[in-house]
Amino acid sequence: MLVLKKIDLNITELAQKALETFKVELKKIVPQLIAIFIALLVGSLVLLATGFSPIEAYGALIVGAFGDVYGIGQTLTQATPIIFTALAFLFAFKAGLFNIGAEGQFLVGALAAAIVGISLNGLPNIIHVPLALLAGAFFGGLYALIPALLKTELGAHEVITTMMLTYVAIYLTGYLVTDIFKAPGWVSQTPLIAPSAELPRILPPTQLSASLFMGIFLVILTYFTLQKTVLGYEIRAIGLNPLAAENGGINVKKGLIIALVISGALAGLGGAGEVLGVHKRFIDGFSPGYGWDGLAVALMGGLNPFGSFLAALLIGVLRSGGMTMNRVTGVPIDIVTILQALVILFVAAPVLIKYLTKSGKKND
Amino acid sequence: MTLAIEMEDITVTFPGVVANDRIYFSLQKGEIHGLLGENGAGKSVLMKTLYGMHRPDKGKILVNGNEVRIDNPSTAIKLGIGMVHQHFMLVPHLTVAENIILGQEPTTNKILLDTKKINKDLTVFCEHYNLCIELKSPIYTLPVGMQQRVEILKALYRGADILILDEPTSVLTPQEVDELFKAVKVLKNQGKTIVFISHKLKEVLQICDNITVLRKGKVIGTVKASETNQNELAKMMVGRKVKLSYKKEEATKDKIVLKIENLKAINDVGIPALKGVNLNVNASEILGIAGVQGNGQTELVEVITGLRKATEGKIILDNENITGISPKDRLKMGISYIPEDRQKRGLISDFSVMENLILGSQDTPSFSNDKFRINFSKVIDFAKKLIKDFSIKTPNKDTKVRYLSGGTQQRVVVAREFSRNPKLIIAAQPTRGLDVGATEYVHNKLIEMREQGSAVLLLSADLDEIWMLSDRIAVIFEGKIVATKDPRETNRREIGLLMAGASLEKN
Repeated sequence: MLVLKKIDLNITELAQKALETFKVELKKIVPQLIAIFIALLVGSLVLLATGFSPIEAYGALIVGAFGDVYGIGQTLTQATPIIFTALAFLFAFKAGLFNIGAEGQFLVGALAAAIVGISLNGLPNIIHVPLALLAGAFFGGLYALIPALLKTELGAHEVITTMMLTYVAIYLTGYLVTDIFKAPGWVSQTPLIAPSAELPRILPPTQLSASLFMGIFLVILTYFTLQKTVLGYEIRAIGLNPLAAENGGINVKKGLIIALVISGALAGLGGAGEVLGVHKRFIDGFSPGYGWDGLAVALMGGLNPFGSFLAALLIGVLRSGGMTMNRVTGVPIDIVTILQALVILFVAAPVLIKYLTKSGKKND
Repeated sequence: MTLAIEMEDITVTFPGVVANDRIYFSLQKGEIHGLLGENGAGKSVLMKTLYGMHRPDKGKILVNGNEVRIDNPSTAIKLGIGMVHQHFMLVPHLTVAENIILGQEPTTNKILLDTKKINKDLTVFCEHYNLCIELKSPIYTLPVGMQQRVEILKALYRGADILILDEPTSVLTPQEVDELFKAVKVLKNQGKTIVFISHKLKEVLQICDNITVLRKGKVIGTVKASETNQNELAKMMVGRKVKLSYKKEEATKDKIVLKIENLKAINDVGIPALKGVNLNVNASEILGIAGVQGNGQTELVEVITGLRKATEGKIILDNENITGISPKDRLKMGISYIPEDRQKRGLISDFSVMENLILGSQDTPSFSNDKFRINFSKVIDFAKKLIKDFSIKTPNKDTKVRYLSGGTQQRVVVAREFSRNPKLIIAAQPTRGLDVGATEYVHNKLIEMREQGSAVLLLSADLDEIWMLSDRIAVIFEGKIVATKDPRETNRREIGLLMAGASLEKN
């Protein structure tokens, strides 16, 4: 009985603690919520100016995003790849690196996963899927190793190199699927992956796949790594003050390389998840810019893994709800895109400005 | 004597702080008046109020007996008040002459700069004050002491009769300080009134006629320099008795902890900075390195800590050659390092106090059993203990060090470095920018570590500090140790000459 009581006490204590932290975390996102509200307000002006009823349009958006199983599935499907790319941007950022090449690493990872998915026929599901995912992470990381080494060995700035390498990745994967790995037919795409390499769909009939779980797991893992491990501590130290980190015996070059490779691996894994879970093949141009979205989403999320997760969901809502808005109320898709851009602008811009002014001061 | 300035009942408040609390302050014409106090005592605020940069909540200001209202610096300048700030306000890429005339440019026909006239006038002007300077040099090419001279000339050019110098010596080398003092005396002889803000006792005693001491925003008193001494001033300034010298046990000199043999290294631009340094530091000994800045001190420290590669020579710690090993391994072998720039090298200002306290030990068994996870319950205990043991004045362990005062930040560095049980401590400018209380604390801690058996290598631009703490003094000049002296058997003149490189030829 005594023991039971004690456990009981611990549980209530724990619950209280969790509630407290939740409250604290909730307070942190209040400014973001206000920003979203303002963005929607400005958006309604745009809607009014173009002759649509904001209430009707936003109503359609909400119904579209949450109204039924299909809407929810669609929302989460849209959010999933962005979770990965946001984590990718965030992880490199913690080391003080501006990896804007997540798009390229995403594509390289996606193609690597597709090739493993196509080529290793006859493997059991339990081996084939992890292998394909691993290939995605590995090649995504490997692709990020290039700018990492260019930076540490030659001093080339990662903003330039990661961006340029993104174009290389877009055209290289495009070439590979129009030539070497092309499936028969008119479309530039690989053949379908073997069924044994498919990630399970978790909310049929929507395209939502188990990739979402992987994303949620990585959100927690990223947080854990950054806050609770030696590696995370060292990466954050390097990001905030490389000179002091060096003084503390931390190998700065090594830290930068590791951070950028992990960043690339996260993006690559996202690409792999899309191929194995949603499209079942690599299609040229299948990414509408998930890598770039990741940058904005990470900033919207206050450069925090959990915040990024919420921000990715928000983008998912806007994307899937936006489609419904377009279908139901006839609001042109361009206006929908403007609405999305407004939200990103209002939420992400303050974070970006804060970052830029801070680093500006550092340079003085 | 007539009064140049009277400030009566001045109160200046900032949100949450009373920076100046009903201050009465007066300046006699033609005197050098010291304004002494610890960091945050309100010295700069008082003078910035006089210079029109702060508006007093209460009180009045009289210049030459007339009540005035000074709302901005240009009013102050019109009234003949000039101020040289701690951080210079010069345009780096303009020449000395251009900086001096900036804002008051003499022109021909109001369009073209009258360069000839400018140069002629300025040459006469500088000679008049005996402040010689190359007028055509761009500011960025000048050493700090010369830049300061430009600031002084600038103020004089604008017609300053009253010149406020805000902590003018904090950025200068000992030689530059001598130059400055000479210049200040010349200005005094020409009838200028000078306010000398400082927290260094010796300096105010040396240069000032009268000294006003501030503490926590209040005037503690005004004394004649000729009728007071360091101990009295320190007591007024800090509010309690302060140690100005330290008693130490005799050094044992039986065990060499650090041995440096023929060490050579190049500086950032590839020029040899260390040209064969030989040095020993014993256990329980403080070896002070005296030298003019830029004679290889920075490079020496970096080579010993492993941040810079040696091109030749050996570094031996406790009989082990550590010349080639990484900074991390050196840390683990027992080298502690207080860097000269704590903000840049010593601390991560956006990390919490706790996170800063484990920097360098994050992957040791004390905090991580597997080199992967950090055991935060251990880290928390450790941080709490250090905050208590080293009296780190922080709201809590999770406060970012950015929000702490300079003295408290240095305590964080000291706590971290000294808690490693170091064999060797390298302390580079450990008290730069710290007030008397914090300086005393760091000095006591260094001596404490020495008593416990650590070898201490002390580098300081402050010769007094070297003198006060060192068991032996090594003089560095142009990348070589030119002499090692026992402080009891030498004097300042000799060390000064050695620092200037005079010895080699003579001996």
